[in-house]
Amino acid sequence: MSEQGVDHSKRQFLTTALTVVGAVGTGYIAVPFLSQMQPSTKAKAAGAPVEIDISKLETGQLIRAAWRGKPVWVLNRTPEVLAVLATETSKLADPNSLESNQPAYAQNELRSIKPEIFVAVGLCTHLGCSPTFRPEIAPNDLGSDWKGGFFCPCHGSGFDLAGRVVRGVPAPTNLDVPPHRYITDTRIIIGEDTTEADV
Amino acid sequence: MKSKIDSCGSWVLDRFPLTKLWNDHMAQYYAPKNFNFWYFFGSLALLVLVNQLITGILLTMNYKPDASLAFDSVEYIMREVPWGWLVRYMHSTGASAFFIVVYLHMFRGLIYGSYKQPRELVWIFGMLLFLALMAEAFMGYLLPWGQMSYWGAQVIISLFSAIPVIGDDLSLWVRGDYVISDATLNRFFAFHVIAIPLILLMLVFMHIIALHEVGSNNPDGIEIKASKDPWGHPVDGIPFHPYYTVKDIVGVAVFLFFFATVMFYMPEMGGYFLEHANFIPADPLATPEHIAPVWYFTPFYAILRAIPDKFAGVIAMGGAIVVLFLLPWLDRSPVKSIRYRGGIYKKAIVLFVISFLGLGYLGMQAPTAGATMMARIFTAIYFGFFLLMPIYTRWEKTKPVPKKLTEQPTLEDRIPALKKIYGEVIKDVTEVKDGKTITHKRPDTAGVARVIRRTATNIKKGLD
Repeated sequence: MSEQGVDHSKRQFLTTALTVVGAVGTGYIAVPFLSQMQPSTKAKAAGAPVEIDISKLETGQLIRAAWRGKPVWVLNRTPEVLAVLATETSKLADPNSLESNQPAYAQNELRSIKPEIFVAVGLCTHLGCSPTFRPEIAPNDLGSDWKGGFFCPCHGSGFDLAGRVVRGVPAPTNLDVPPHRYITDTRIIIGEDTTEADV
Repeated sequence: MKSKIDSCGSWVLDRFPLTKLWNDHMAQYYAPKNFNFWYFFGSLALLVLVNQLITGILLTMNYKPDASLAFDSVEYIMREVPWGWLVRYMHSTGASAFFIVVYLHMFRGLIYGSYKQPRELVWIFGMLLFLALMAEAFMGYLLPWGQMSYWGAQVIISLFSAIPVIGDDLSLWVRGDYVISDATLNRFFAFHVIAIPLILLMLVFMHIIALHEVGSNNPDGIEIKASKDPWGHPVDGIPFHPYYTVKDIVGVAVFLFFFATVMFYMPEMGGYFLEHANFIPADPLATPEHIAPVWYFTPFYAILRAIPDKFAGVIAMGGAIVVLFLLPWLDRSPVKSIRYRGGIYKKAIVLFVISFLGLGYLGMQAPTAGATMMARIFTAIYFGFFLLMPIYTRWEKTKPVPKKLTEQPTLEDRIPALKKIYGEVIKDVTEVKDGKTITHKRPDTAGVARVIRRTATNIKKGLD
């Protein structure tokens, strides 16, 4: 092909211009394509609060409810458990919940509004398995140091009965406490925050 | 009549280079003449891929990618679709078979140095294939919507959330919901049946084209293109077709024998191919007591679990795959094949295989303190094998590499030696019973011990 009369700088300009315009166009079309995979409006709307009746919850018992598709636990802790929680803090990674997710009204040692009633999202903060409820003290499979708590079967993370993570396990933080509020003494609503007036 | 067909044929060939393609990649593609057992697995992987594509298409005709229908539709396929059970078991057994074949294929590359110059890109495309295969298997495993499907996906997608800053948004974007849900199932179906199979096919194409450009490696690790006959063909090469097509058919027959045995008699493989908990529909509120990924992911899963930090664990797990990509540049030895490499590399490979299998085993077990400790040791060996490679392969004392392919004794040549070993370990015991003399074949303990000792000495000698 003859190179005569070719304006190279013009050709270069047109090539560059076309590349830039093409890239911008690709960027624009990428937005709807990628956003398509975001949660839909319906999925976003599905996070309605859930009401739980705890009037039949006996001491030492745990009940499960579903909130936003996640398991939520409500545990009624015995006085012995509360005593253990107050003293056994040396093996915990974050005993005062400074690094963990909970509403301000649950950022205390027992991680709850009422000392005995513990509400938590039942998903391990490591990779989201649901830990098993192991309230017994020093069972065979968990060793003599076990003071009762939650044990994640997936990767071996342990939590005490206030959902506080044990040191040296994969889970980085304590179990999440969801926003919750007491409507009456025996009815909790999950997904709505306690206002200062309630406390 | 004949000429009509001929002219039809040449009409096509004038417009599409079928003969050229056939010659370039089959009839006149020269492969080294000394391929052994390890060279079956490439073509077997192709066979399994075809199996997965065909059975997969059939399965989509009855499967419903909907969280409320998926589990039942799989049972419907198993019980009510004519031959549905066969197609489904072919697909599920095929998934595990794919990984067995691919792991052996990769191990072949490792011992014969098939990743080394000039085959780096063949190895890279192969590793991308491995990555795509893992994604394909992972997404496919969600589709039956059993307990393991659900919680396995929950764990793996949560891995993304460990990435700082963008992690949470990324895992939300992957799931399409705040938890694993119908949206996740539906998109995984799309990826599993369309997106990733297309990528797989494209990568297979690139893997083979790259291989045929540089030519196949062989158990001696010698470039056969270095010595050519007057016609320009490698002296030590033979055309892929018919020599290796026929050889591979034997491999296919043996493979199908094992495949059919598993498929018909133990499709769940004792919970390793299809996990027991996956026969329970997904329950977002309760994780099964013991969860483990399917066997082919367990080595990497054990690495993840061994690290007592969320983000570091994810990095280590990803790193375990990234180091494989870097292999061509980590290995500094001038020699390709293990036949001529030094003892240090052979020992390293033995340690690596032990640690890989050990991790695979530990990944299936419950995370006890002792198991975690073992997993940490194996993880250290796994990474040591790769990351220390630039150092120890430089020290390595290699043996001289021959110029041309060596003759290995064939199975036929080995028969007298095998007979001798048989004579050594089996002795005849005669006893008189009811007036008749009966001769039994019984193992000879001393002989067995002798053979084991000799084998061990030989192995040790081979390693030094």
